[in-house]
Amino acid sequence: MSAPVLDVRSIEKRFGGVHAVADVSFSVAAGEMLALIGPNGAGKSTCFNLVNGQLRADGGEVRLAGRSLAGIAPRAIWRLGVGRTFQITATFASMTVRENVQMALISHHRTLWSFLSRAADKFRAEADALLAQVGMAEQAERPCGVLAYGDLKRLELAVALANDPKLLLMDEPTAGMAPKERTALMELTRGIVRARGLACLFTEHDMDVVFGQADRILVMNRGRLIAEGTAETVRNDPAVREVYLGAGTTSGGH
Amino acid sequence: MDFVLIQFLTGLSSASALFLIASGLTVIFGVTRIVNFAHGSFYMLGAYLAWTIVRAFWDWGGREPYLFVAGVIVAAIVVSLIGVAMEMTLLRRIYRAPELFQLLATFGVVLIIQDATLAIWGPEDLPLPRPPWLRGFIEIAGSRFPRYDLILAVIGPVVLGLLWLLFHRTRFGVLVRAATQDREMVAALGVDQRKLFSGVFFLGSALAGLGGALVLPSQSANLQMDLSIIAEAFVVVVVGGMGSVPGAFLASLLIAEVQAFGIVLLPKITLVLVFLVMAAVLMVRPYGLLGKPQAHARAQSGMVEPVLRPAPPILAWAGIAALALAASTPFWAGAYALTVLVELAVFVLFAASLHLMMGPGGVVSFGHAAYFGLGAYGAALGLRYLALPMEAGLVMAPLFAGLFGVVFGVFVVRLSGVYLAMLTLAFAQIVWAAAFQWVDITGGDNGILGVWPSAWATNKSVYLWLSLALCIGATMLLRRFVFSPFGYGLRAARDSELRAEAIGLDTARLRLVAFTIAAAAAGLAGGVYAYAKGSVFPTYISIPKSVDALLMVLLGGVQTVTGPIVGAIAYHGLFVGILQTTQYWRAALGLSIVLLVLAFPLGIAGFARARWERAKGLEAA
Ligand SMILES: Nc1ncnc2c1ncn2[C@@H]1O[C@H](COP(=O)(O)OP(=O)(O)OP(=O)(O)O)[C@@H](O)[C@H]1O
Ligand SMILES: [Mg+2]
Repeated sequence: MSAPVLDVRSIEKRFGGVHAVADVSFSVAAGEMLALIGPNGAGKSTCFNLVNGQLRADGGEVRLAGRSLAGIAPRAIWRLGVGRTFQITATFASMTVRENVQMALISHHRTLWSFLSRAADKFRAEADALLAQVGMAEQAERPCGVLAYGDLKRLELAVALANDPKLLLMDEPTAGMAPKERTALMELTRGIVRARGLACLFTEHDMDVVFGQADRILVMNRGRLIAEGTAETVRNDPAVREVYLGAGTTSGGH
Repeated sequence: MDFVLIQFLTGLSSASALFLIASGLTVIFGVTRIVNFAHGSFYMLGAYLAWTIVRAFWDWGGREPYLFVAGVIVAAIVVSLIGVAMEMTLLRRIYRAPELFQLLATFGVVLIIQDATLAIWGPEDLPLPRPPWLRGFIEIAGSRFPRYDLILAVIGPVVLGLLWLLFHRTRFGVLVRAATQDREMVAALGVDQRKLFSGVFFLGSALAGLGGALVLPSQSANLQMDLSIIAEAFVVVVVGGMGSVPGAFLASLLIAEVQAFGIVLLPKITLVLVFLVMAAVLMVRPYGLLGKPQAHARAQSGMVEPVLRPAPPILAWAGIAALALAASTPFWAGAYALTVLVELAVFVLFAASLHLMMGPGGVVSFGHAAYFGLGAYGAALGLRYLALPMEAGLVMAPLFAGLFGVVFGVFVVRLSGVYLAMLTLAFAQIVWAAAFQWVDITGGDNGILGVWPSAWATNKSVYLWLSLALCIGATMLLRRFVFSPFGYGLRAARDSELRAEAIGLDTARLRLVAFTIAAAAAGLAGGVYAYAKGSVFPTYISIPKSVDALLMVLLGGVQTVTGPIVGAIAYHGLFVGILQTTQYWRAALGLSIVLLVLAFPLGIAGFARARWERAKGLEAA
């Protein structure tokens, strides 16, 4: 395997007394789907926030294609090729679905500081192509504020893909979707990841999705990595069984 | 040293009065999250009521001190009942509305109370006749110090102590503190929120009334008390930290002492000084001295911003027709119509410039008149000191205002919500105070006269065409910005800062650029206005002028791009047509504001668009 796209070394994050992320290391290669799982409050979202610059790590190092991301703001990290979807969707409610994607494209092509042209005419075809990829083409004209939750998640994926990223961070991309939809969306994602050679790190509470779609799985609990490997290894890992079965749940918190 | 002691004591006594007002304001804000503009009016009412009641008591039982105390207390209670009445009839309906609407509604009450006071007590200042015991002096360090001021100086700390007891020893007080920290929590505990809010208004208004009644012996009741005290009270509350009573105490000490020493040491800039202190505190501690970040950054106020769509073609045609009609007035209407039309053109641009920030930018400025005034003064000062002709003056106006826009904007865009509104207000007051007090440069209250257009534009028709070209042209340009990538970026930053930053948008810079453009556009409007009137005055920068702009935007509807244009025309029409002809135009305007807030929260254009979208079967967000 070539050099990893994302390389995380011993990152640390504390919130007051809570050790949210403790000595976590992992890496993701191009074309790989890496799942990060763990019970609620394990520190998954915090890991994402450390990678894309939303939070500043207390220790450790994050490298993107060999380049350290320490001290770089989220918007600069995005320019380096990190697309992201949020656990709680964040979209522009006063714009249509297409305009949301156009906004990301405008930023990507660095035409934001243009005052006289019409934004609605910019990169229309490109936006429609992205929407078609995630199955949102028919909804392009709808106001984003009226979309169903699952459609918002799909839109977020299109937005995350707009800057042609090297790394895709997806925090619970399928939360709020019907089980069938979940598998469909993640299969779609996997197709894109393979085709474009992206690295994809995602969290997910639905174990069917995780075991079905991930190439490799990381398990976190209370800020620490407790297991790592293929679906088979993780499933049979005593520590993992302890965390999940001990807590009385078989398929996560949702 | 004696001088220091005396000034210090003077500061203490005005700190007490300031603390009474500010503590009421901060308690009301802490619990209900309402920024109550009418609080200054309650203070004024306290003074007027005390003037009537104390004198009635004295006529009945002689000029005894205990009757003064009784009169003051009765006045405070009457004021608190008025406060509760306002809460129950008006505010109760708008607790869930956006902050701006609440601010405006209470400003409407300010106007109504102003006219009511004028109608009841007349326009003259009313001093309380002072019996000997109120006039006494005490020998301190060789100087005579008014005994009443010394009593006032003690009252502040005493009230602080009583409030402490109230908040720590009674169930009501404990609830107030809990609600200040976490409103949802209290609601969840099953406390009757209505009673709590009414109780808080009772307490807060009583404190304001008490403050007004207590300053009566040294100040006399007058009609300017309300707005002059409310600006200072806002400063104290913001500097102390909104919702914090001890913070209000500290801040009132700080502000009153700054004023007491400033008057002697830096007499030319006393007014500016106060707002400079506030701006300085907010830069270091964005939540004030003892304030905390608001636990719940006001959740969605129930209003989702709708999708912006370009105007339907019929609207564009209507606009062109209206413009053609306006441009043809010299051929069929009299001189007065031309004057009104120039004003209209100016206000359309003024409103549109504020809208760029308020609507797409999501930044509600409470001091937009500053930039209007800076434009006007930019042109006038250019004429006075550089002998600039009108052509250069009209270039100077937006540049001057835009320059201040960048400088103030750097600080403004870092804040949000109420703190942001207060900071913009503070900056506007700084500009106003400079224009008002810096007499050598700006002419102070007398303004700068003789700001006339160049020879070719002195003809009224020509100046109308020039105004239309500049103001409507600039308004169209602002409209264009809203639909450009920049305008979309601005809306993106407003809709979701998180997502905007996550797709590489520099949200602070977007807002700063918008703030600067808006300031420059308002400055151009101010410049055109200055040459139309031939003069500039500090009133161009006053709080009511900023409120005018807000009202125009809201009347039209903040969520549409056409809104501010319609709003400016409707507002100015209302103003010129009806309000100015009646004696009590303030009360009429105040009532219109209250009705607007209660009945048409979307504004005229917003209302029309909702209709249009429904008729067309378009999905609204
Ligand atoms: N901004 C913050 N301030 C303080 N504590 C935080 C903050 N963000 C997260 N935490 C704490 O850090 C821990 C990890 O939270 P995180 O959101 O990363 O968990 P998660 O694995 O994403 O959980 P979930 O499955 O519920 O999304 C939790 O105990 C959480 O309470
Ligand atoms: Mg999470």
